[in-house]
Amino acid sequence: MNFDYSEEQQLLADSVRRFLAKDYDFETRKKIVASDEGCSAEAWATLAEMGVTGLPLPAEFGGFGGGAVDLMGVMEAFGDALVVEPYLATVMAARLVARAGNEAQRGSVLPRVVEGRMRLALAHTERGARYNLAQVKTAAKPVAGGWQLEGEKVVVLGAPLAEKVVVSARTAKGISLFLVDHGALRLRAYRTLDEMRAADISLQAVKVGADALLGEEGGALPLLEEVTDFATALVCAEAVGAIKFACDTTLEYLKTRKQFGVPIGTFQALQHRIVDMYIAHEQARSMACVAASRADSAQSVRERQLAVSAAKIKIADACRHVSQESVQLHGGMGMSEELKVSHTFRRLTVIAQQFGDAEHHLGRFAALDTEGT
Amino acid sequence: MDLNYSQEELAFRDEVRAWLNANLPQDLRDKVANYGELGREDLLRWHRILAKKGWVAPAWPKEWGGTDWNLVQRYIFEEELGFVGSPPLIPFGLSMCGPVLLRFGSEAQKRRFLPRIYDGEDFWCQGYSEPGSGSDLASLKTKATRDGNEYVVNGQKIWTTLGHCADWIFCLVRTDSNMAKKQEGISFLLIDMKSPGITVRPLVLMDLGREVNEVFFEDVRVPAGNLVYEENKGWTVAKYLLGHERMNTGRVGASKRELAKLKAFASAQPGNDGEPLIRDPRFRDKLTRVEVELMALEITNLRFLDQMRRTGQPPGADVSMLKIKGTEIQQAITELAMQAVGPLAQPFVPVGSDAEFDAFTAGLAPRYCNYRKTTIYAGSNEIQRNIISKMTLGL
Repeated sequence: MNFDYSEEQQLLADSVRRFLAKDYDFETRKKIVASDEGCSAEAWATLAEMGVTGLPLPAEFGGFGGGAVDLMGVMEAFGDALVVEPYLATVMAARLVARAGNEAQRGSVLPRVVEGRMRLALAHTERGARYNLAQVKTAAKPVAGGWQLEGEKVVVLGAPLAEKVVVSARTAKGISLFLVDHGALRLRAYRTLDEMRAADISLQAVKVGADALLGEEGGALPLLEEVTDFATALVCAEAVGAIKFACDTTLEYLKTRKQFGVPIGTFQALQHRIVDMYIAHEQARSMACVAASRADSAQSVRERQLAVSAAKIKIADACRHVSQESVQLHGGMGMSEELKVSHTFRRLTVIAQQFGDAEHHLGRFAALDTEGT
Repeated sequence: MDLNYSQEELAFRDEVRAWLNANLPQDLRDKVANYGELGREDLLRWHRILAKKGWVAPAWPKEWGGTDWNLVQRYIFEEELGFVGSPPLIPFGLSMCGPVLLRFGSEAQKRRFLPRIYDGEDFWCQGYSEPGSGSDLASLKTKATRDGNEYVVNGQKIWTTLGHCADWIFCLVRTDSNMAKKQEGISFLLIDMKSPGITVRPLVLMDLGREVNEVFFEDVRVPAGNLVYEENKGWTVAKYLLGHERMNTGRVGASKRELAKLKAFASAQPGNDGEPLIRDPRFRDKLTRVEVELMALEITNLRFLDQMRRTGQPPGADVSMLKIKGTEIQQAITELAMQAVGPLAQPFVPVGSDAEFDAFTAGLAPRYCNYRKTTIYAGSNEIQRNIISKMTLGL
């Protein structure tokens, strides 16, 4: 039993944190969010140099073969700094390519992702599917020379920035994945609540070649579940970083803001509330450890899913609790767009529901738990 | 990062678990499982079994009977005690008076009291709270006046857990009322419960259990040699105890056992639709949230332990967090257990009496009532929040 990061993990987390503190401070981030692209090519290049883009990808393509635990410190730093780069989207799609792709697909995509020259997205969610990964109506029909995709994908994170998009679609054999060039897709792009870039994708008679099929036809669901659990573990760690920031900045405010002639932190009504925020932070951190430790090293799929769901229940509750309290304890200032804490509020609000809210995971946990008895 | 115990730690756990299972008498196990009232003899019987094995005071120095286990082993042992469902080891001697004597006691005091605590010959209780001094402990008024080689004690203690079973009581008493700060002028005194002038009166709680007492002191004469540390320095001793490493304060093992019992029970108990109650999503969601809180508490506990192992620093105020979450979880489980039996929670059978019907079911409501104490005792959870606020957050 040990809860330490290894030396490499700690070094990487520290250097990412230093880089973000210097070149991704809140003012810089504002400019990045307001830019046309909504992300920073320089930051992406630096992250690639540091090995962050290659970390979760196989060594044979220049990556480091890292798992969720290796990424925890990085994700925490991202949560602290509110990084808006399409990292999560790229990692999810890249890991699908790594898991399912043939040599040509892996060779054409993964080295470029590792080097920071290619960003990706995963187009899976559909209107009305909520968090049910098995619900896919988008259809892929075999046509001469390949496939034709028909349907709609919504809230595809990072899609406006991605050179290639992994699209899920149902074929005669079940849910399948296709690696599609950005140029072949019609996007309605927008900003998300947490100031990232996403798009709805309308697929109308989109033709792709036979070589676009990623992995076995009809075999995508377990892979989607796996990569979604992995991503869930990552956002749990990211949430811990954001929660920590929200707690620290609120504590600082309680010590400096004066009312009735004294710092408001002298009021017990507020002291107990910030203590509960810190307790939520510790409990969330513990569960983020559980999720990361089991996301890619679990003995069984069931064990992985139980751990990830348990973690996401706690993280989702903690995201809501801490984000709401951090705004409340800041008073009117917490509402202001000017303060970073309101942006942290927005990210935590999204994470609470990303890849399933607490209720979704309560349902999954209960089903798995009952199944095991 | 590795959340699993090492092979050696697992082997240790298995050894402890096997021994506890083999040596916990069945009647005591049943009594605990059915939430029966544990009396002095029940408690001492289990205490002596462990003492004979050499496991009753693992944290004590080896020369006084400690086991020389490392932090993780001690934690595992304490969790296994809870998990197996043994009677609790009463902390007043083993983890309160004992550590105080080891830290502050004279050689004579150590030699006189420690072996008797270890062997379960003396049953101790704690004289801290007074009618006017609960959370504001330092305002206590029970007075000890020096008279030759003795102190003369007058006053009253309250909420004295198991005072009716005790041979000895360690007390905080006021030896000087003229100090500038109320924390000064307090002394730590060991008092024989058989001393003339002591009256113990039961305080019946809402579960009708016999657990806590009022203890009255009227001109009780105590040898001056029973003063621990220096006169008027009792607050230092009390603070040491508060900060004394209490890594099992979340009582994860016991809650795991209770949660498993609750789940088994809810799987067998029908809900309104005749399906097992555990399939009722409204009940199930509450249950899962408690389960997740308990998982988080266990990992948090282990993280603190790991940190302590690496830094050598006791976790300090963060132990308060374990107390807050641990007791909230204990209460939540008792609440869900009572909820699980629905209308059958109404029959009320005081603990320890002969129940004509299912003793387990009838014990759930009294237990729910009784467990409201957990967020109040040992420093209410509000006091714990004050401690974190002041010590950790600097407010």
